[in-house]
Amino acid sequence: MTGNSLRIPLRPLSRILPARARGENTESIERENIRRRHEEVREDARLRAQSRLLVLAAIFIGLYSVVGLRMGMLSAAEPSELRAVSTGSSIIAQRADIVDRKGRILATNMDTYALYVETEHLVDPEYTANQLALVFPDLKAEKLIKDFTGNRKFMWIKKKLSPDQVQAVHDIGDPGLRFGPREMRLYPNGKLAAHILGGASFGREGVDAAELIGVAGVEKTFDDRLRDPAQSGQALALSIDLSVQAAVERVLYGGMKLLNARGAAAILMDVETGELVSLASLPDFDPNHRPRPPVQGKPSDSPLFNRAVQGVYELGSTFKIFAVAQAMELGLVAPTTMVDTRGPIRWGKFKIRDFHDYGAKLPVWEVITKSSNIGTARIAQMIGAERQQEFLANLGFTKEIPLEMIEASGGKPLLPPKWSELSAMTISYGHGLSATPLHLAAGYAAIANGGYAVQPTLIKQTQPRLGDRVMSEKTARNAMRMLRGVVTNGTASMGEVVGYSVAGKTGTADKPSATGRYEKDKVIATFASVFPANDPKYVLVVSLDEAEDTTGSEPRRTAGWTAVPIAAEIIGRIAPLLGVRPVVENPDAADITKVNWN
Amino acid sequence: MRSVFGLLTVVIVMGLAYWAYQENIKTQAAIARTEKLQADIGAARSRLSVLRAEWAFLNRPDRLINLSNQYLTQLHLAPLRAENFGEIGQVDFPSDFKFDLRSIDVIEVAERGHNNDG
Repeated sequence: MTGNSLRIPLRPLSRILPARARGENTESIERENIRRRHEEVREDARLRAQSRLLVLAAIFIGLYSVVGLRMGMLSAAEPSELRAVSTGSSIIAQRADIVDRKGRILATNMDTYALYVETEHLVDPEYTANQLALVFPDLKAEKLIKDFTGNRKFMWIKKKLSPDQVQAVHDIGDPGLRFGPREMRLYPNGKLAAHILGGASFGREGVDAAELIGVAGVEKTFDDRLRDPAQSGQALALSIDLSVQAAVERVLYGGMKLLNARGAAAILMDVETGELVSLASLPDFDPNHRPRPPVQGKPSDSPLFNRAVQGVYELGSTFKIFAVAQAMELGLVAPTTMVDTRGPIRWGKFKIRDFHDYGAKLPVWEVITKSSNIGTARIAQMIGAERQQEFLANLGFTKEIPLEMIEASGGKPLLPPKWSELSAMTISYGHGLSATPLHLAAGYAAIANGGYAVQPTLIKQTQPRLGDRVMSEKTARNAMRMLRGVVTNGTASMGEVVGYSVAGKTGTADKPSATGRYEKDKVIATFASVFPANDPKYVLVVSLDEAEDTTGSEPRRTAGWTAVPIAAEIIGRIAPLLGVRPVVENPDAADITKVNWN
Repeated sequence: MRSVFGLLTVVIVMGLAYWAYQENIKTQAAIARTEKLQADIGAARSRLSVLRAEWAFLNRPDRLINLSNQYLTQLHLAPLRAENFGEIGQVDFPSDFKFDLRSIDVIEVAERGHNNDG
């Protein structure tokens, strides 16, 4: 009971006494007062309840409006990063670098600016447009004026600016010209390893930032890994060796120009780990300014086309060693077994001939060194189509190679629709089955490493990655001896390199024409080699498209005259870089001094 | 008694509020400092990456080959070949030279009359 301190008695004498004097009932006065008092109490309680309800309502409204306001703010505000979270090692989340096997940079990032225009802030659109056209010669002033004075409020001018251009645009000094910070992908080595790296471009773009996404090559295959902020500090280490790649590309380019070839490819692969130490395809491009895919002409003529992994060609006589190796593995022949080489073999309308007549019989090893189609076809007949198919599948010739670059899926081999006995015979000397030079390198690596299938990779490895055994060590060793024989006294005699014993097999395949027949005078010349032959470490495949040696009286197109000398030059240049110990026969002993070698 | 208790509560609440305010200010300052440090580190890293990119650009094989060709007469730098290697036995050491030859395994032919340091 509060407030009403003046308490009215239930039976006030001032009213009772006169009432009694009048002879009235005093009970009614008391009841009246009791009723009043009850009313007062009730009124008091009501007021209190009301005020409590009000307070409660105020609290509820307050709390709910706080929640509502916060929700509104969260939904309307720009997302911002948490300030107080410990960010650990990665402070700037950049696309990770790509480095070669020795840590030299192949791809990195640079800060730059994008230029955009907010037309409503332009002070003098005409002057600005004219000045911009001076800074960027590829922009047309008339078009810019039209854009600046039209309905557009916002437009991008350039996605990447050089520091000079930034300064020049600053000098124009118009407040409508704005810069957005950008991170751009930089390939400091230019064209080097262009096909492997592929390229990157901008994905979603905002004013303050833009997404960098890989568009081809390893940049695309490893896009998620390269963009992962948790791994942005760790560079992606490829198996490529920068200096070896440079030497290979240089020699290959020189050879291609000298022999008037349309294109060339070279693959250098470690036979134990499957690492591709170098992978070159010419013509190439600059990944800093990746050209657009061609809209007309053959895609294989575009510089974007990677001949080494996408170019599916008949690889010619380089295949012969597989038939011979399999026959030796199955115990059908030994290196000295005599094989019937009388020709031509007639098979329906089809004839199998040799380049020269090798007489009635040749030992198996000479079938390889002399490269007899007939001899190999006879050996394939002994093997049979089914077993051949299985063997080539084990070596990886029937499927595309799962290399870590997006283009590799385009290198699916072309197999005969029906693997008949005739197919087996033609495939044994490299016709009727088309595969990429990369397939060939993987096949030769299996011979070179002592008989294990090995899968090519572009990622640096720390230990051998030998797969299933596909032939015995003895078979592999004998096959290697035959391949060495091809260089010492066979079709690849120009493949001898001072200090390094090279083994290998040439292959010259006619190019198929658009009509499905074979082109006359147009060949793919391939040399698949292994070095050093006594302790095989690397496989080198060199392939030239329409190469022609015109130094003689008539043009020579066989691989022995085109691909082999180039491969020999490449091996002579790169073997010292790879740390392969040469067999030294140095006549000038007095000139030798010690150097420090780290 | 009640009023004393009430007063005490008010004083405690005020004290706590002051303390919380102080802590908040300190935290904000600390966060601002870390942000600045991180911005500095970020700037330093991006500087570093520019320097690395520049280093890679200046050391790109094409440029080095062109430079070595350009200064061939002074530097005598040419691609290393098998002929540039020799066996340790071929080194013309003085007859009284005592040295454990097994510790060296790589040697190179020097240009005659040319200083081969480095």
